[in-house]
Amino acid sequence: MDDKAAHVSLRGITKIFPAVGNHAAVHALGPLDLDIVKGEFFSVVGPSGCGKSTLLDLLAGLSSATDGTGKFNGTPLRGVVPEGIGVVFQQDASFAWLTVRDNVAFGLRRRGKDAAEIRRRVDHALAFMGLAGFAEAYPAQLSGGMRQRVCIARTLVLEPELLLLDEPFGSLDQQTRLLMGDELLRIWRETGATVVLITHSLDEAAMLSDRIGVMSARPGRFIDIVETEWTRERDSRIVSDARFGAITGRLWTQLREESLRALGHSQTISQGQP
Amino acid sequence: MKSRALDTTIMVVVLLALWQGLSALVGENIFSSPPATILRAVDLLGSRTFWGHAASTGVAFGLACTIAITIGVIGGLWLGLRRFAGDVADPILGTLYSIPKITLYPIILLMFGLGLSAKVAFGVIHGIFPIAIFTMNALRTIAPVYTKTARMLRLSPVATIRTILVPAALPEILTGVRIGFAVTLLGTLIAELFASTSGIGFALIRAADEHNVVDILALTMLLFIFAATVNALLHHVERRVQRHG
Repeated sequence: MDDKAAHVSLRGITKIFPAVGNHAAVHALGPLDLDIVKGEFFSVVGPSGCGKSTLLDLLAGLSSATDGTGKFNGTPLRGVVPEGIGVVFQQDASFAWLTVRDNVAFGLRRRGKDAAEIRRRVDHALAFMGLAGFAEAYPAQLSGGMRQRVCIARTLVLEPELLLLDEPFGSLDQQTRLLMGDELLRIWRETGATVVLITHSLDEAAMLSDRIGVMSARPGRFIDIVETEWTRERDSRIVSDARFGAITGRLWTQLREESLRALGHSQTISQGQP
Repeated sequence: MKSRALDTTIMVVVLLALWQGLSALVGENIFSSPPATILRAVDLLGSRTFWGHAASTGVAFGLACTIAITIGVIGGLWLGLRRFAGDVADPILGTLYSIPKITLYPIILLMFGLGLSAKVAFGVIHGIFPIAIFTMNALRTIAPVYTKTARMLRLSPVATIRTILVPAALPEILTGVRIGFAVTLLGTLIAELFASTSGIGFALIRAADEHNVVDILALTMLLFIFAATVNALLHHVERRVQRHG
């Protein structure tokens, strides 16, 4: 915090969804503190329903915290997405009525960039995401994984300084995930963006991140922050590094108990039978 | 495409055969045969009186459609965007859609009198509800991730509606318009049947008064061809939009 200013900082962030009808209020998140420095690759893992996506919405400025303060570049986050934040959502958000090219160009056009500049950046992003041959296709003609790549490209062309990803590779097979992970690392290195990745894949988190925040079952809090100490020039081949196994092992040890709790099992299962 | 054309041909042939059979069964003076009807229809298409009636219906129907689509779509968009207003309007619209509009006809006559405005009004009250309902539901069922994306891209509310919500809802809005079109035509013709001095509906009821069976069937057939053609056309547009959506 002293030598490097936090790009994103959360202090005592809490999110409680108020009671609606006969549903009781849900304490989804926090209170939690977090500082992410500029250019860092930070991942969040945690059991299902622990508030990972809620945390991402708060970081993006898509929703407001019930309590606590969040800051991006020193400016408070309050329910409005600030300039410079790009989000890739878990669900397919590709626009069905636009071609792949128009999907990717969408944000740039709304920002009023000139046509040549848009074309250059879109072509680059399409090639980057392996979509060059599908520029004129419609999302309905693509696989789920390719549609997700369209969404990633659409966000990346805007060159966000903070890139938030909510399980972006959830619909991809393992091999493609690893390759997309390499792509993501390359983008991260080349753009110098800060990346926050929400994932349920411990391997993905261990391979990609500088630091990994491990969340508890709901209400989500950080129970551990794991530093990977990878160099910036890493790629998916580190999965064969001995330290990789140590990291995923540590993550799983932390998460096993929480995952059981999230599933509603009692402690007895984890203790096992003699 | 080939099998579709074949299916259509088979359907038309079967219908004509049934028609011919029925005509032979009950007699030409009660139910005219296809050849006699088609000849009379060709006759009508060459007559000035028919085109006078067609123009009268056309103007009323055109106005009714324009009003029903404009108000239906704008109203549906508004209700779709305002969750609370939509929740309140939903059952009301459903009820208004399902009540037989003919029960409102005396009121329409009192309000608008005989003539063009009553026909238009009666057409509009038929068409406006399905269009509004389909539009409202189209907006209410748009994936929340689209609105999140709009906020992430920092779009203004107007830009969000114009560039994301309307295109996303368009296939369903078009379905509403297609159904609205059909029932607006229905409403306009019903109005003409009961109290008017011109139009296809008026020509139909007069032919009925005169027991002019061949005229009734010829007019009905022409109406059917018109409605089916426009419906097929709208269906085509709808499918083109849906192929992307």
